[in-house]
Amino acid sequence: MLIRRPSDIPPSEITPREVYFTRRQWMAGAAGLALSAALPRGLEAAPLPAAKSPFSTDEKPTSREDVTSYNNFYEFGTGKEDPAARAKSLKTSPWTVKVDGLVNKPAEFAIEDLIKSSALEERIYRMRCVEGWSMVIPWVGFPLADLIKRVEPLGSAKYVAFETAYRPEEMPGTDSLFPVLEWPYVEGLRLDEAMHPLTILAVGLYGETLPNQNGAPIRLVVPWKYGFKGIKSIVRISFVEKQPATSWNKQAPNEYGFYANVNPNVDHPRWSQATERRIGEGGLFVKRRPTLMFNGYADQVASLYTGMDLRKFY
Amino acid sequence: MAGRASAPGAAKGLALPQVPKILVYVVGFIPAIWLFYAGIMDRLGADPMRYLEQALGLWALRFLVATLAITPLRQLFNINLLRYRRAIGLLSFYYAALHLITYLVLDQGLDMAAIVADIVKRPYITIGMATFVVLVPLAVTSNNAAIRRMGGQTWARLHRLVYVAAVGAVLHYILVVKSWPPEPLVYAAIVAVLLGYRLVRSLVKKPSRRRTA
Repeated sequence: MLIRRPSDIPPSEITPREVYFTRRQWMAGAAGLALSAALPRGLEAAPLPAAKSPFSTDEKPTSREDVTSYNNFYEFGTGKEDPAARAKSLKTSPWTVKVDGLVNKPAEFAIEDLIKSSALEERIYRMRCVEGWSMVIPWVGFPLADLIKRVEPLGSAKYVAFETAYRPEEMPGTDSLFPVLEWPYVEGLRLDEAMHPLTILAVGLYGETLPNQNGAPIRLVVPWKYGFKGIKSIVRISFVEKQPATSWNKQAPNEYGFYANVNPNVDHPRWSQATERRIGEGGLFVKRRPTLMFNGYADQVASLYTGMDLRKFY
Repeated sequence: MAGRASAPGAAKGLALPQVPKILVYVVGFIPAIWLFYAGIMDRLGADPMRYLEQALGLWALRFLVATLAITPLRQLFNINLLRYRRAIGLLSFYYAALHLITYLVLDQGLDMAAIVADIVKRPYITIGMATFVVLVPLAVTSNNAAIRRMGGQTWARLHRLVYVAAVGAVLHYILVVKSWPPEPLVYAAIVAVLLGYRLVRSLVKKPSRRRTA
């Protein structure tokens, strides 16, 4: 059956909703769980026009369905399907991002103003999770450097600290009996890493505003680092002098470092980082592919770390 | 072990309807068939291999926990499921084997160098492999002929290795996840209770005769 559709239909609309639902129900059945109701997809996405970027990879992007239904966002649970199922409770409007610390012009940005006043680009980046899987994601965002320049960091600012919203009533994963992480989620970058042209604040993916589960309304994307560095649903960005604390480093300092650069030669203490599975490739018979140094961005970023022992600063 | 179902005291247990043991196998294999079918049909989510691998491992652990629950159920609640214990224990082994095969073939693509490195370097793989190795002699001797050949005492002593396997399985699960999500801790707690029960009972009933649970 062929139904004519207008040509400007966004890609997200092409996969019928029922497909999402039956898939989740199948999985729930396989897991022996009883899901009482169909899982809503969250808030409606709005289109977000963006310019192409030479920084984009030409690799095939992972399907929108996989990108938006399989990820980690522990504020909504530790399961990979939890964010998609539960993040709709996050209220992303109104939303402000407070930028403070060692800057000349501290400011509090309303998310709409931040989006309106930034030159949005599509950045198709590889994303490598520390767990050993990877995706290719067409983000929409703007260089973090743009924002940094607007607030004019002082000479004493050496690091940038980030903080996720912490709202237990909207984030069912934060009130578990044994907290999996200390809330709020915090991350950090060295100022030169933050200023790097590859580092972006993403406000959308697949040409639309970010779905809640992917870190709406604004999140960090640092493509040469493991995914957990890409802090989601940011409410605060602070410029500081000393290396800030980061959530996973606090949780297990011997397993997750501050830098967390993708590095096939430095294994996680409990698993190898030499290879990865690209989500959506091969299904059950997925073939592992070698993980690339700095996730394939070595030409652009290796110079940031010259002289550093990457085994020590993992 | 089927013979011990008629031990004194157990006879007046709850009158449960007896179902053919083959039914335990049939029902027990439904998750595996479901998982493989859903996997082939690409219905296991974004990372189907990982989903299959983890689900098979989890079912192995669930059946292992179920075998450990049978003795306490009989002793504390007079619910006698002893005649199904062998089937449940073997199901645990079969699921562990499928879990291992999935890891070797689908996850690692039979890359022997990577597999050996994993076993040597990664405690959770080492423990998982060791746990499987422990289950093998239990599975091989899960038949009446083996019990006759070995004698009940020796057989029962060998099958206490299931306690080691349970601890290994739970450790394997805890070590594979990041941070401390609740599920592996729940299984660890259940195994701790089931093994702790046996320890306490053996301490309380010091001069226990014959009864090896």
